[in-house]
Parts: sequence; structure tokens; C-alpha cells
Amino acid sequence: MSEKKNWMPRWFYQLASPRWSYEIMGKLLPGFAIAAFLLLIAGTVWALLFAPSDYQQGNSFRIIYIHVPSALLAQSCYMMMAIAGAIGLIWKMKVADMVAKSCAPIGATMAVLALATGAIWGKPTWGSWWVWDARLTSMLILLFLYLGVIALYSAIENEAMAAKSAAVLALVGLVNIPIIKYSVDWWNTLHQPATFKLTERPAMAPEMWLPLLVMVIGFYCFFAVSLMMRTRNEILVRERRASWVKELVEKQ
Amino acid sequence: MSFDSFSDFIAMGGHGFYVWLSYAIALVVVVINIVNPALQKKKIVSNLVRRLRRENKSL
Repeated sequence: MSEKKNWMPRWFYQLASPRWSYEIMGKLLPGFAIAAFLLLIAGTVWALLFAPSDYQQGNSFRIIYIHVPSALLAQSCYMMMAIAGAIGLIWKMKVADMVAKSCAPIGATMAVLALATGAIWGKPTWGSWWVWDARLTSMLILLFLYLGVIALYSAIENEAMAAKSAAVLALVGLVNIPIIKYSVDWWNTLHQPATFKLTERPAMAPEMWLPLLVMVIGFYCFFAVSLMMRTRNEILVRERRASWVKELVEKQ
Repeated sequence: MSFDSFSDFIAMGGHGFYVWLSYAIALVVVVINIVNPALQKKKIVSNLVRRLRRENKSL
């Protein structure tokens, strides 16, 4: 009678096992690391040496190859942190909490990178390091949300309580993501509109956006590497009393 | 190739400071995000090894 419908894929349940997650991430790590390394090197050389300069902005345009990937990643990472936090809240899945916790420092550094490169790019282009514009302000709020999540994790000793509070904050802050995305359409802004849209071809020449695409994919691979490293660390710490961790340590 | 000479490449048409500063910060951020968890792992494992030895001795 109580036949529960199995609508979640098998890997979803397996992810609930810290040991299985630790091992699968260990297997995935080298591939992503190689991909990240090659894509970021190739993308950087392409961006700095071979991409044409912009007819208006000149060579300061090359900052886009850092700015756009880091800004995209800062937002994707936030969404991942909120979703993982929600999974942790709903299904009490410990690994999801660990993923959410591991997202926060990476996302915060990406938000810093996006804001810093934006400021550096703004100086020669707009004549100012900073303007209180909707896109810039909402991006600054994203950084503060990350810092809030990190602060909650360090302030609350009880792991389950910390994860719960951080997940709630992350979910509430999720409202900021569409604001960042549409800020350039909703308000008058100095910031240029999105480079990549799912529905249209980029307005930029392919010689310009192809290296950008390489950099974006490279940044995502780098994110996967850093996130899996942090999550694996988190698993080791929290499962330190488990026999599989002891066996693993003994082998070393 | 978008540049005629190496000094052109460094100068970036007068925007060298902005471009190189951006790429330098990016490099630092990427390296931190890899090195930091790697060092963390080393510390965690050495702590676990020490604790395991202590437990084995007390048995």
C-alpha cells in the first residue's frame, strides 16, 4: 500500500552517503582540474593576445574575460548554495549542507573578483571606480549575503543549527539574483546589457565572444574543482569518527 | 595577434595598468581557491593521523 513512488534518480539518494560522495568527487576531481587548467590557460592567451580590441574601449575591453565569468559564477554559486541549503533543510541531507557551506567562500571571492574587475574596468571606461548603479549595488549586496552566510557558519557552533540558519539566509537572499540579472533592463544604468542571452545570438563578434565562452567554461570547471575539494574536506571533518575515514587515514 | 611588439602588449594601448591589475587579481583569487582547500586537507589528515595513533596507543 505504502508504495512510495521513486521519482528521484538513484544518484540523489547516493549523494546522501558521505562516503559515496567523497569517493565520486575524488574520481571526478582530476578530470575537472585538467579541463579547468587547459581552458583557463587557453582562454587567457586567446583573450590577451588574439582577441581584437574594442573600437571604443580599446584594450581595457580585455577585462571582460575575467569580469563576466566571475560575475556569472558568483551568481551561479549563490543559486547552488541556496538550492543545496534547501535540500539540506527539506531532506536533512548532511552532504547537501556541506556543499552549501563550501559554496560560500568560493562565491564570496568570485563576487570580490567581479566587483574589483568591474571597478578597474569602470575607471577608464566611465571615468569612475564606482557608481551607485543598480547592477553594481545588487552585486555588492550579493557579496554581503555571502559574508552573512560565512558569518553564520563561524558564529554558530552547532553544525545542524548553523546549516539551517545559513540555508534560510541564502534562500531569502535568492530574491537578489533576478534583481542582479534584470537590473540593467529595469533601471537606467551605465552598465552594458548581458553579453550572452539564451534566446539571441551575441551582439559581439565571434572573435570576441568565443574566448569569453572558453573562459566561462574554464571558470565553471575551476569552481567544480574548488567546490569538490572543500566539500571533501568538510566530509572528512564531520565523518572523522566513521570507520571508513579511519581506514582511509591508515592507508596514508 | 593583436599586438605588433612585446612592449605594445605590455602597454595595452595605454590601458596596461587596468588590464594587468585585473588579470593579476584573478590569478590570486583562483590560486587561493585551490591552495587554501589543499592546505586545509593536509591539516585535517595530519590531525586525523595523530588522533588515530593516540587511540591505538591507549588500546
